Amino acid sequence: MMRYSALRGQRAGVRRIVSGNSNIVIDKVSHLYRPSRGREVLALDDVSLEIRGQEFIALLGPSGCGKSTLLYLIGGFLATGKGSISVGGKPVAGPGPDRGIVFQHFALFPWKTVRANILYGLEKLGLPRAERERRAQSFIDLVGLRGFEDSYPSQLSGGMKQRAAIARTLAIDPAILLMDEPFGALDAQTRNLMQSELLAIWQRSPKTVIFVTHDVREAVYLADRVVVMSARPGRVKAIVDTKFDRSDSDIFKTKAFIDKIDEIWCLVRDEALKAQAREDESA
Amino acid sequence: MTGALHRYLPLVILALLWEAATRLGIVSTLALPPLSQVLRAAYDLARSGDLLTNAAASLYRAGAGLALSIVIGGALGIAMAWWRPVNVVVGPLVELFYPVPKSALIPVTALWLGFGDGSKILLIFLGCMIPVTLGAFNGARSSDQALIWSARSMGASRLRVLWDVVVPSALPELLNGVRTALALSFVLLVSAELIVARSGLGYMIGFLGAGGTYDGMFAAVLTVAFLGFVADRIYQRLMNRVLQWRE
Repeated sequence: MMRYSALRGQRAGVRRIVSGNSNIVIDKVSHLYRPSRGREVLALDDVSLEIRGQEFIALLGPSGCGKSTLLYLIGGFLATGKGSISVGGKPVAGPGPDRGIVFQHFALFPWKTVRANILYGLEKLGLPRAERERRAQSFIDLVGLRGFEDSYPSQLSGGMKQRAAIARTLAIDPAILLMDEPFGALDAQTRNLMQSELLAIWQRSPKTVIFVTHDVREAVYLADRVVVMSARPGRVKAIVDTKFDRSDSDIFKTKAFIDKIDEIWCLVRDEALKAQAREDESA
Repeated sequence: MTGALHRYLPLVILALLWEAATRLGIVSTLALPPLSQVLRAAYDLARSGDLLTNAAASLYRAGAGLALSIVIGGALGIAMAWWRPVNVVVGPLVELFYPVPKSALIPVTALWLGFGDGSKILLIFLGCMIPVTLGAFNGARSSDQALIWSARSMGASRLRVLWDVVVPSALPELLNGVRTALALSFVLLVSAELIVARSGLGYMIGFLGAGGTYDGMFAAVLTVAFLGFVADRIYQRLMNRVLQWRE
């Protein structure tokens, strides 16, 4: 907690690109995916969703349901076809440091050390050098990578790489954190640890988090609301409230938690079966 | 130390075999002068200054041609990967030029630029550009989309991403292309100098061979081989250093 208040102090100097209002409004968005070869695929069909500031949302669905596509659209990496997405009242017109992203395969610059990776975004923010160094170090400490500042990503384990990637994104203090199956490439134990660490970080420094996953338990544990998406074309099938007292370490054993997982699993299973049937067909 | 000894032991054995075979008359000294005699000729050529002047001329041509091919070829390959129109225009030209035996251009470049340095530099530039361009193109094209998006989301402009992400992503393959180009530059250099030159190590080989000074000719050949070997070793060191971030 001490460490956190130190972080807060430094943050005063950083201009938030989106101040206060970081509501995300997704309005009737469709997206056509055009592979370089083959037929066009309707990845998202008429998706509408409102996400409140500082809310933790999980996008859940079978693979190929367009949940990552939706994340990339919010990030501004892909252009919206039909419909519109706005963040804080402004339409999304491209990527920006107000929306940080964490990828499944870390996306650390392999030619940069951990420290240089974290410094990269801080340089782009135009912070003075001493301030950049201090911030980088504090986020390295926050994710427990002290002693590995000068390591290259290739020298780190999967969990450490993802910690570094999260630190890199958190360091630029985005109001919105986009996470694309961030723990999908980690082993089960590391994944569990990272989940509770993410929650701890989020509770200390509230942000809007949009978390893409196909792991029901992960979604229920982390998110305030779980958005269940249908198999391709991706639509919003259901939105389920999943607000639990996450400080309770026995939460996994409570009946309410287990029932919630069951409820959502039933919703997802139908879609997963549909997706599988289609794959079998095309195979 | 023992590592180096092991690595170069085959060379030492080869040298001893060479000396022995010629001394014992297994191989005619007309076809292959004894190594000791070749080394002696090399020493004489070095003392007279001939070896140095010609080696300097050769290295200048190879260096200049190679440097041009790295800068222009590297930029071209990355531009092809990054801007589709560039690829549409330049891609077919590269493909067309790829299978042309570059030595066929020796008379062409001589016709354009004469017998001096210019024609060799142009030839080496043209020949070496292909592997560098292809390396840069393939490397840049394989840049990870997630890395590009990460940089963009941290506030890098599209042009900035080219420098910050695409160029370093292209580097491993680009540098491999340069290594191929380095070897090719020696081939083209010596071929061109053998045919159309009045200086350089290739010219020396041809001149001494035609005059029947075979020990001198072999000395020049050995010098070329040695320079090529050293250049490659130095380059590999450099490359490993630049790419130390890889596992």
